[in-house]
Amino acid sequence: MSAAIEIHNATKSYGDRTVLKGVDLTLAAGTVTVILGPSGSGKSTLLRAINHLEKLDEGYVAIGGELIGVTVRGDRLKERRERDILRQRARIGFVFQNFNLFPHLTVLENVVEAPIAQGVRAADARTRALALLTRVGLADKSGAYPRQLSGGQQQRVAIARALALDPDVLLFDEPTSALDPELVGEVLQVIRTLAGSGKTLVVVTHEIGFAREVADHVVFLDEGELLEQGPPGAVLSAPRHPRTRDFLDKVLA
Amino acid sequence: MSGLSTRERSAGAGGRASVTPFGESGDATPTGSPGAPLPPGIDLKRLAERPVVPLRHPVRWVITAVVLVLLLNFVQTLFTNPAWEWSKVGTWLFAPAILKGLQLTLVATAISAVVSFLGGIVVALGRISGNPVLSTLSWLYIWLFRSVPLILVLIFLFNLGNLYPTIGIGVPFGPQLELPTVTVLSSLALGVIGLSLSEIAYSAEVVRSGILAVDPGQHEAAKALGIPSRRQFTRIVLPQALRSIVPAYVNQIIGLLKASSLLFYVSLLDLFGVVQNLGSTYPTDIIPLLVVATIWYLVLTSVISVVQYYIERFYARGSVRVLPATPWQRFRGGVRQLSRRPAARPHESREVV
Repeated sequence: MSAAIEIHNATKSYGDRTVLKGVDLTLAAGTVTVILGPSGSGKSTLLRAINHLEKLDEGYVAIGGELIGVTVRGDRLKERRERDILRQRARIGFVFQNFNLFPHLTVLENVVEAPIAQGVRAADARTRALALLTRVGLADKSGAYPRQLSGGQQQRVAIARALALDPDVLLFDEPTSALDPELVGEVLQVIRTLAGSGKTLVVVTHEIGFAREVADHVVFLDEGELLEQGPPGAVLSAPRHPRTRDFLDKVLA
Repeated sequence: MSGLSTRERSAGAGGRASVTPFGESGDATPTGSPGAPLPPGIDLKRLAERPVVPLRHPVRWVITAVVLVLLLNFVQTLFTNPAWEWSKVGTWLFAPAILKGLQLTLVATAISAVVSFLGGIVVALGRISGNPVLSTLSWLYIWLFRSVPLILVLIFLFNLGNLYPTIGIGVPFGPQLELPTVTVLSSLALGVIGLSLSEIAYSAEVVRSGILAVDPGQHEAAKALGIPSRRQFTRIVLPQALRSIVPAYVNQIIGLLKASSLLFYVSLLDLFGVVQNLGSTYPTDIIPLLVVATIWYLVLTSVISVVQYYIERFYARGSVRVLPATPWQRFRGGVRQLSRRPAARPHESREVV
């Protein structure tokens, strides 16, 4: 399962502040894209617009040719009903910076929640959840509550939860930024195994080393504008735009 | 460079000179005062191997003693003052009339508690909703019933027959179904409606505060997983909100339990009403009757508190790493420890005295 992501003229402002200024971006199916940019550059907003957690003022996002969160009505784009948006989101996995696991549910209950809500039989959901937990190395923690786990373990559960519905697209919003340095590696390792699995991955991160090693495509965003994009070798090693160079100097310093 | 080092050296010398008198005065002070150097001849390493003596609190013990003496004085009067008439308390405690009043209190409180909780969720969701008509109506409802005293609401309801002799429902300006108010609603139903109307206003705010206390990230995660809206609320948001709703709502229920005594003023004989009536019939027994009512209210509140403890424990799962032991588990643990080292307790109590 894989799907290309097409973003066209993504525009968004909060009051007077414009966070996205007409971003155009096409991501090939099954690739890994890393979005880089200084804080406040609009990279998280862009990522959240992909699964319609942020509504765009203008522009659209399409996954596998299907418009996300909006439909065509006459000569306008019109927001879909909440129920339809929720159905679309089931095809898009999302991993949060702060994990956002459900603290009152066990690890296993967290992972089976979405499939059961979609009508998957409880026994099937459980089998698949245990397989996913094994894949992220946490099968023995299935009965634990999230607060009993380390940050790295929680984020790995969150990834298993995002995978539970076998989505075509997986979005990661700074997945390692809330972690202690020694726990970053285990989470990046899990994301690495997902690259090349056929799913389209989009990762907002500051881990330049990870971008260089895993990404097929690197995008640099600053002040709501897409300044530069291309293969990691080009953007990270020989940035053309001075602001990209400036950012990389600061991050790698 | 050389000038700087000279200045440093002189500052250092001055500093050292100013320390010396402080050190001398320190030698003269008693060993107990803070900041004083150790008197000679003490082997600190040896002291470090012994347990540190904890700070004693003599004032605490004095206050405790005074309070205990006052309390015991009062407890003594319970036995020595014949006006308490404990034998009559014993007779009245399980008198059929009292038990019937107790039953009414229980039924009215229980039904109102459930109705108000469910109604509170509806009104709270109305206030939070993005629909301006719903949120304004919910706000007006809360404003109205928090402003009007419960007793006024109850008396209003009992005069509903005067205000609206018949109750009807139908298409506006079309066919109507109408029934006489008095036959539709029994007085207990009116009482429960009155209690609930007022209670819903408070519980709506309790529920709303609980929902607001849930991390916004939880709503987002539920949305991102595509969980249907109603399930988002019942499975993700409400269970987490209940952790802060339960203590506040149990408080409300205990208030409700006591507010149900106002039903007496609309001629419903609840526990308090029965006691009030019996008091005028048997004026000599008024004190024992009041004691009986007090005992039953204490019993009911105690039962509610125990239930609250276990409900809170249930909703705390996941929010702490390890749940603390229940009082029963602690009691059993204590007994086990006592039987393991029987000499421990007398030794401890001797040390305290």
